[in-house]
Amino acid sequence: MAVAAATTAPGFDCRKAWAETLEELASADDRIVVVVNDSVGSSNLGGFQEKFPGRTINVGIAEQNMVGIAAGLANGGRIPFVSAASCFLTARAMEQLKADVAYAGFNVKLVGQSSGIAYGELGATHHSIEDFAWLRALGPITVVAPCDAWETAEAVKWAAAHEGPVYLRLSRMKVPTLDLPDRTFTPGKAELQRSGSDVTIMANGTTVHLALQASDTLSEEGISARVLNMHTISPLDTDAVTAAAKETGAIVTVEEALDRGGLGGAVAECTSATHPVPVQRVGFPGFMPTGSIASLFEEFGLSREGIASAARIAIRRKGA
Amino acid sequence: MTRALKTDNSDALIRDKALWMRQQAMKMVYAKQLGHLGGDFSAIDVLATLYFGVLRYDPARPDWSERDRFVMSKGHATGALYTALAAAGYYPQDWLDTYMGHHSKLNGHPNRQYLPGVETNTGPLGHGFPVALGIAISGQITGADYRTYVLTGDGEQQEGSNWEAAMTAGNRKVKNLTLIIDRNRLQQGARTEDTNGLDPLDDKYRAFGWHVVEIDGHDYGQLLDTLSAPVGNREKPLCVIANTVKGKGVSFMEDQAKWHHGVPNAEQFAQAMKELV
Repeated sequence: MAVAAATTAPGFDCRKAWAETLEELASADDRIVVVVNDSVGSSNLGGFQEKFPGRTINVGIAEQNMVGIAAGLANGGRIPFVSAASCFLTARAMEQLKADVAYAGFNVKLVGQSSGIAYGELGATHHSIEDFAWLRALGPITVVAPCDAWETAEAVKWAAAHEGPVYLRLSRMKVPTLDLPDRTFTPGKAELQRSGSDVTIMANGTTVHLALQASDTLSEEGISARVLNMHTISPLDTDAVTAAAKETGAIVTVEEALDRGGLGGAVAECTSATHPVPVQRVGFPGFMPTGSIASLFEEFGLSREGIASAARIAIRRKGA
Repeated sequence: MTRALKTDNSDALIRDKALWMRQQAMKMVYAKQLGHLGGDFSAIDVLATLYFGVLRYDPARPDWSERDRFVMSKGHATGALYTALAAAGYYPQDWLDTYMGHHSKLNGHPNRQYLPGVETNTGPLGHGFPVALGIAISGQITGADYRTYVLTGDGEQQEGSNWEAAMTAGNRKVKNLTLIIDRNRLQQGARTEDTNGLDPLDDKYRAFGWHVVEIDGHDYGQLLDTLSAPVGNREKPLCVIANTVKGKGVSFMEDQAKWHHGVPNAEQFAQAMKELV
């Protein structure tokens, strides 16, 4: 099935969609609370705090306490959304994520703000590129990276209704809303953005629109590139990955994250077990230098040409 | 269910339960040759008092939303927690025989999904206090009248997460929360004060905005009076520093760091069981 997808400029900061959706949900469900670490502003939760001051729990700069309190709120029947810069939410509270949320199975929603290299110039301490690898390792937590404002809103609605721990990985980078007719958001199920038969480009979050641009470039060269939006990296849609391996024979993964342990790692694990094919991973090699998001994306191949280049390599490796 | 009310024979009932818990913990640990008897025995009188003199709960409905919550933050002391929950009727007492066995529900550290009555997973230190605080805040938000109790070890107070929670609870005046510190003055390797000293613990909690009471953690009367006192007009969370003896009840274990996770041989087991009567 050929599905058209295009992007619309200039793009949206998805934090607006996240905050507005949460406010709507909280108006209808008084179990919803937020727990923040002095991050009301950076989470765009000023409106929420104004409407629901009693349901805004600001613990200050104390991430372990923040996640532990959220687990306790879930014990008490609340639906807590923990919202904090993902670099601190994950790394600083990793054992709480493991023991208090994942292992305990509490109904806690973790919302990592400014993920990836959103804080580009602030340096590697403030980048959150390891979070996919860490959170994927905590099996019971569903890990979702929405790619645009529409999908962000859908993911927030789904997370609120879902019984179980969820990690939503948000950015502050402006991204276009994808113009795909009749979209539905189904966690754990890849979204076909564009059909193709020579290679499959799998992306999520802030890189999906770039994957679509790359497929345009490849198309001009006569290469048919399938594009899948892998918004959920845990649990991975192994059916879609295996089908892509079998039907297109080569895969490119693209993520604003470490180039191992996240989507690329998950896809490589899957294909090695089901249908081994070349998998080219586009991501970051380790601690990143300082720089703007745009300059770092360009340098490390998270770009129209960088992704197209990875696709050409993957295709060349077929049968090698 | 309503909260247990103190009666003339409360002390005797709690004493009986605590003795049974010590006997069962000793049997469990001896049979498995694994466990933490020292910290079990310092805490058992606190748990016996809570479960048989203070807490409102219904073991047939472990998820009852209005239950009082008890969080065992010192999760290694399963000999105290598992025997308390068995004695309280959350599960058959013969489950204790499976302690730390293959696929046992009685894990080396408690898991809420395996065992009814366990409020949250603990074991790594410094976790239970923030979770208990979250439970208490949830009650504040909804106006529920359940109370939340959390027991931490004193060595556990060295974990920074406790102080994050202490600050939040004090600032938010979470008066429906009671923190009990099992002050046995020993941790795994040595005395707390020789490791990373905690004193003056009472002043620290007062400075963080808590009401602080220091009691004998083996005196049932003091425990009952302190832990069952109504929240009433109290405006601050309550910190109970319970002075205890590690290994309490067995002469050769008392106040010995080596019994943090020491296990008895046959001769020691026989001697301990003779003393636990």
